[in-house]
Amino acid sequence: MKSTLKDPEPLLQTQWPVDPVKPRKAGWGGLKRRLAPYGFVSPTVILMFVLMLVPIVMVIGYSFMNNVIMTKHPKFVGLDNYVTILTDSVFHTALANTLIFTFASVAAHIVLGLLFAMLLNSPLLGTRFKALFRAVYVLPWLFTVAIIAVLWRLLLDPNGVINFLLMNAGIIDSKIEWLSSPGTALFAVTFINIWAGYPFYMVSILAGLQGIPKDLYEAATVDGANGFQKFLHVTLPQLKPIIISMAMLDLIWTSQQFALIWMTTGGGPINVTEMLSTYTYKLAFSQYQFSLASASAVVILLLSMILAFFYIRHQKARD
Amino acid sequence: MAAAVAMTASCGTSNAGKSADGTVTLEFAQWWEPELPKGALRTLMDTFEAKNPGIKVKLLSGPYASTKEQVIAGAAAGTMSDVVGLDGAWINDFSKQGSLADLSALMKDSKYDESQLASQVKIDGTTLMIPAVNFVYPMFTNDDLLAKAGVSKPPSTRTEFTAAAVAISKADSNVKGWVLPLSQEAPNGIQNDVMSWVWASGGSMLKDGKPDLTNDAVHSAVDFVQDLWNKKVVSPGALTMKEQDKVEEFTNARVGMMIDSLAHIKLIRENNPKLKFSISAIPAVDGFTGKRGIPYAAWGIGIADNSPNKAEAWKLVDFLMSEETNAKLSSLSNSFPGNTKAVPDFVDSDELFKKAFEIYKSGTPANEFVGLPVAEQLMRSFDEELQKTLSGQQNVDTLLTNAQATWMKSF
Repeated sequence: MKSTLKDPEPLLQTQWPVDPVKPRKAGWGGLKRRLAPYGFVSPTVILMFVLMLVPIVMVIGYSFMNNVIMTKHPKFVGLDNYVTILTDSVFHTALANTLIFTFASVAAHIVLGLLFAMLLNSPLLGTRFKALFRAVYVLPWLFTVAIIAVLWRLLLDPNGVINFLLMNAGIIDSKIEWLSSPGTALFAVTFINIWAGYPFYMVSILAGLQGIPKDLYEAATVDGANGFQKFLHVTLPQLKPIIISMAMLDLIWTSQQFALIWMTTGGGPINVTEMLSTYTYKLAFSQYQFSLASASAVVILLLSMILAFFYIRHQKARD
Repeated sequence: MAAAVAMTASCGTSNAGKSADGTVTLEFAQWWEPELPKGALRTLMDTFEAKNPGIKVKLLSGPYASTKEQVIAGAAAGTMSDVVGLDGAWINDFSKQGSLADLSALMKDSKYDESQLASQVKIDGTTLMIPAVNFVYPMFTNDDLLAKAGVSKPPSTRTEFTAAAVAISKADSNVKGWVLPLSQEAPNGIQNDVMSWVWASGGSMLKDGKPDLTNDAVHSAVDFVQDLWNKKVVSPGALTMKEQDKVEEFTNARVGMMIDSLAHIKLIRENNPKLKFSISAIPAVDGFTGKRGIPYAAWGIGIADNSPNKAEAWKLVDFLMSEETNAKLSSLSNSFPGNTKAVPDFVDSDELFKKAFEIYKSGTPANEFVGLPVAEQLMRSFDEELQKTLSGQQNVDTLLTNAQATWMKSF
């Protein structure tokens, strides 16, 4: 059966005033308008090209040559430099030390940052105490790496304050050579790095804590949650995006730490604090093996890129 | 790090050239200016400019380590400064790069009297560096600590040194007999504080220009160091200690004896005016009667091969090595002159320097690391092996065998 019904009229028809499309004039003004955005970003693009892309490409190129810089006419040697680096036992030690140093630092940064941020956010502390603690806790962040290294070298000296305090408290009975004993050096530099880095977490997490809606805690209270349960089911989930972002950035930064290690132990004693960064520096500026140093730098770059990939993916997921 | 390596190759200092009015501006890169009294090097350059119209000098000054990196970068990029401050430990590597000018030829062209130079650093018979001033490393002893330990005079043999170190350490539990800096960041403790014992007794770590670390002289010196370590007379923290830490330990009277540069006398006096200390030759093996080697470090000078103004650059080197200027430079830096005719002021006015000058003249300047390939790396690899030995991970024979094998790879 054929329907006799007509299509219903639309109930509401809105007619937007539409300007007639004018054909663009292909003149100087139009070109200028189209090029303007490129003009604005070009200084950054040029800087990034010169300061980042060119050096990276050069280093990748060097890593496939025999000893560049020290040789006037370097030759292509393929993957030889990578084979040398990846089979070097000192590289393995440096890689293992870097992993221990990095993961221990990041884990401790998270825990300490969270702990101090919650303390500063606690209603139990008065405003004056909060201001005082905030100033004290943030202090390590204000020092440059050189100052941190000198400061801790003095503190951890066998004749330094730490040993003096520990001996007077009866905790140790002889002076410990914190930075120069193979048994304690890696622990000592990791501790210094933790001390220097936790305020960054503390400040960021504190900002995050202050942004958590109070009604979530009120709802949890109504549901009968205790303090720990509120922390576990309200605070941590709310802070999760901040913590993950910071942990990933920290993993990248810490794995590349050079100045602190160089200025405190120089990668020693023996090789117990050798990191990928100090290993690469020594190859370049002590052994003058710039191609091997380039290969090592590329390995570090690849490891960093893996971390950067996860960081960017996490950021995209948040968006 | 990637950028740093690339920048090493891609960047450097630009060469000075001639200006429109024909004035030549020489770049002079060195670490000397920060270590001299303020304005002292500039004053010397002003004198040079006044004597050489048409030549100006631009000083590029920085700390030792960054000067080294800058010179390496300049050498790689062909933009090394016209005149450069050099350490003998770098020369072999720059020679391979062909980045330093042949000073022998420049001296010949200008009919320079080479006999006035105390020493020249040559590679394959070609002079690449002239030591402008030399810093010798004698033994410093704290008079009060020695007296407290019942030691009447500074030790002159290894046996006496060990006995004095033990006595000092026993006399006060917070004081040690000797200080040994073995930091891997700056491993020059191997040169100044370990190999110096070999050279002081007329020994050598080389044979026919190649490493010879397993010989009796080196073995005996390392045995001696380990013995001191085992007797617990070495200042704690040695494995990461740097030269400045060593000086600080001595200045603060926490250590009785050290081997150190004369350059630090002024610093020690400034930081602890009450400290009574003496200078002596480094003790030798018992019964040694030959000339004692005395370790030294030099502020060397060279000319870049890429410099378009080599003749003018040589005039500056000639000026710095002249009797009058060299004496001034050596007085200012508390070092001994590179010109044999130059006599610094302090030799007559300061008892310690007078004594040091006598030690210097009666001994032989010794530094076998000068001119060796990757000299700093040689020290570092020896340092690493020595640290393993002192930590009880291996014996001295293994140390020397391993170090010998590692060193040979660099030759």
